[in-house]
Parts: sequence; C-alpha cells; structure tokens
Amino acid sequence: MMDNAIEIKGLSKAYKGFALEDVTLAAPSGHIMGLIGPNGAGKTTIVKLIMNLIRRDAGEIRLFGLDNRRCEAEVKSRIGFVYDAPRFPEDLRLDTIASALSAFYDRWDEVRFKELLKEFCLPPRQAFKKLSHGMKMKFSLALALAHQADLILMDEPTAGLDPVFRFELLNRLQALIQSERKTVFFSSHITTDLERVADFVTFVHKGRIVFSAAKDSVLESWGVVRAKSDKLRPEDVPEARGHRRTEHSLEVLTSDLAAAGRLLGDRAVCDRASLEDIMFFVSKGNGHA
Amino acid sequence: MRIIISNSSPDPIYEQITRQIKSQIISGELKEGEALPSIRRLAMDLQISVITTKRAYEELEKEGFVDTVEGKGSFVAMQNKELLREKKMKIVEDKLAEAVAEARLLGITRAELEEMLGLLFAEKE
Repeated sequence: MMDNAIEIKGLSKAYKGFALEDVTLAAPSGHIMGLIGPNGAGKTTIVKLIMNLIRRDAGEIRLFGLDNRRCEAEVKSRIGFVYDAPRFPEDLRLDTIASALSAFYDRWDEVRFKELLKEFCLPPRQAFKKLSHGMKMKFSLALALAHQADLILMDEPTAGLDPVFRFELLNRLQALIQSERKTVFFSSHITTDLERVADFVTFVHKGRIVFSAAKDSVLESWGVVRAKSDKLRPEDVPEARGHRRTEHSLEVLTSDLAAAGRLLGDRAVCDRASLEDIMFFVSKGNGHA
Repeated sequence: MRIIISNSSPDPIYEQITRQIKSQIISGELKEGEALPSIRRLAMDLQISVITTKRAYEELEKEGFVDTVEGKGSFVAMQNKELLREKKMKIVEDKLAEAVAEARLLGITRAELEEMLGLLFAEKE
C-alpha cells in the first residue's frame, strides 16, 4: 500500500578522505523522514545525489518510482528543494525571481505564493541579497510550497533559525503531509526537531547507514545502560553499540533495550535512548556501530 | 476529544493515546458513532508521528473500541456489547458495594444479606 517517494539502492560516492558507501534507504510517500548524523557524516552528499547535483560512483536513485537521472526534468519539477543558501542573482527582487521560476512549474500557484511571502514576512520587492540566512531559507520554502511540490527535500533547514520559526516550520511540514501524496525528507543535526515530527529516521555515520527505520521503533528498542564502572563492562551489554566512561560510571548504548533489561536490570539502570543519545554514543563515544 | 501527551512519561506515546481515548469512551465523553480525528490530523495536533497515531488507532480497533471505515475515517464503535456489559457490571458492583457497606453498619451478616439477595432474585423470576 505504501509506495516510496524516494528509493535509494547501493549508492556510493568517494571523495578524498570521505566516502559514502552502499547507502540504501526508502522514504514512504505521505510521511516525514529525517536524515540525522554528525557534521561530515554524508547527509549533504546524499541530498545532493538525490538532486543529481554531483556525480555518483555507483547506485540507483528512484524518485516517485522514476530514475532521477533519466527522468531528471520530470522528477525535479515535483521536488521542492529547500536549503539555506539558494543561489539567485543577488540584485533581483523576490517577486522577479519567482515570476522567472514559475515558468518551469506546471502547478505554480501565484496566489498561494503571495500569501506565503506575507506569512513569512518577506517583502516581495526586497532584493535577494538583502535577505538574512533564515529569510533565504523561508524564501526557498515559499517557492517549494507555491509550486506544490510532491516531495520537499531540505538540507539542514532548521540550522540558523530561531526556535519560533523552527516550530512553525515543523508544523507546516506536518500540515503538508495531511495529504498522503506529499513527502518530506530533511537532514538535520538538531535531533529534537526530528524527535517531534519525523515518522522515519535514517542515521548516517561516516558515510554509512547505521539504521533507517520508523522513529517509534528506534526509540522503543534502543536504550542506555548505566552502572558503576566496577559493576558493568561494555561486553556485558547485549547489542552494545557504543559506550562512554566517566570517572565512576559506565554508560553503554544498546539497540536491544528489552534484552539488556532482562539481563542486567538488577545491577544497572536501563533507560530509553533519545536520538541525541544514539548519535552521541555511536559517533563520539567509543562506537561499536 | 482531549488528549495530553507527556514526554516525560515512561509509557510509549501510542499507549498514552489509547488509554485516554478509552477512558473518554467509557465515561461517555466520546459517544458511540462519534467520529475521531483522522490519524494525520491527530498527529499534527499533537505534533507527533503519523505512525504513532496509526498504531494507537489500530490498538483501539483490535480491542473493539473503534471502527475504521476505509476512506471515511475512524469512529467510536457501535454497540460494543462486551464493553457495555463491562460498564454496566461496574455499576452493579458499585451498588452492591454500597449495600454491603450499609449492611456492615447495621450488623447484617453475610448469610442474611445473601438471603435477601436470593429473595430479590426470586421475586423477579
């Protein structure tokens, strides 16, 4: 029943000193998928490859079931790409940029666009170069919503935004998927944003996927086991995925909290892990991922 | 329908939702046949995942509290006999407890009370 807006198989791309390796994931239509990972994990590379802005070494990307290179024009007309550094001629006014772009989109909604500018407090006659970082992001989002994109693809949309607008943005994304045909895919290192609204979470670390799953099931199965250091060793914890030592205690991340609880419940504290815990232990702690 | 989600609760969010909807059905606050918000609408209102609200509704459906009609939405289940029976049993139980408390105050023994109950039953048959 669920078809996928994004389907990636075996995607690889090597740079000097960094490689994205064998990335496979699927983002079901009508849902919000968040892509998390520390800086430099490969999030932006994945987004750029989806947009076919850079060459891949191997792999396949299908958007709405179509190959993103062979059907590039068609798939791109259905994507709203939102990022904080969109490149437009610096001196052009926002309304001029929009009217030039609207020609490329069949479903452009001029009335909606004007409303959005008002809602986002963007003056239509403002020159693009006068916009702040956050305003550029808002402008880019207004364009995406005005051409009624089926897939909103965003790279770090909440970075550099004040909490009020971040909150508003997340609300808007949820309003968007009231239609089961719209899909949102966004990368972020701010895990609390995802913890709220994401339906699916993909965690990428050092160019590899650690997991790509329903957020609820991740938050239910992963946990942190804590005990005094003389009471617990990392190898005692089933499905250990990383650990951290402090002066007196040991904390171990596990991807099977239920098993850890059964085995160690009498000598350690077993808590659920947040996405932040997971990201921290796997990337900064002594990750065993 | 009012639902309040606590992020600090150890209970999973879908359970918090099912518990609150169930208690509102039992209390009569949500009436039989009443439409529930769509899973997408509820997810947006509570700012949680669509998957969480979907799971909550599926649980409610499994337990017979809610019916989902394809393309129309979810409704408080009609004539849930077991549920109604449970509700009514509770009323009987409460009244009996009252009677027992009263009997204790008056020093009526269990045997005497049971005899009264037997007589009352016989009267109606």
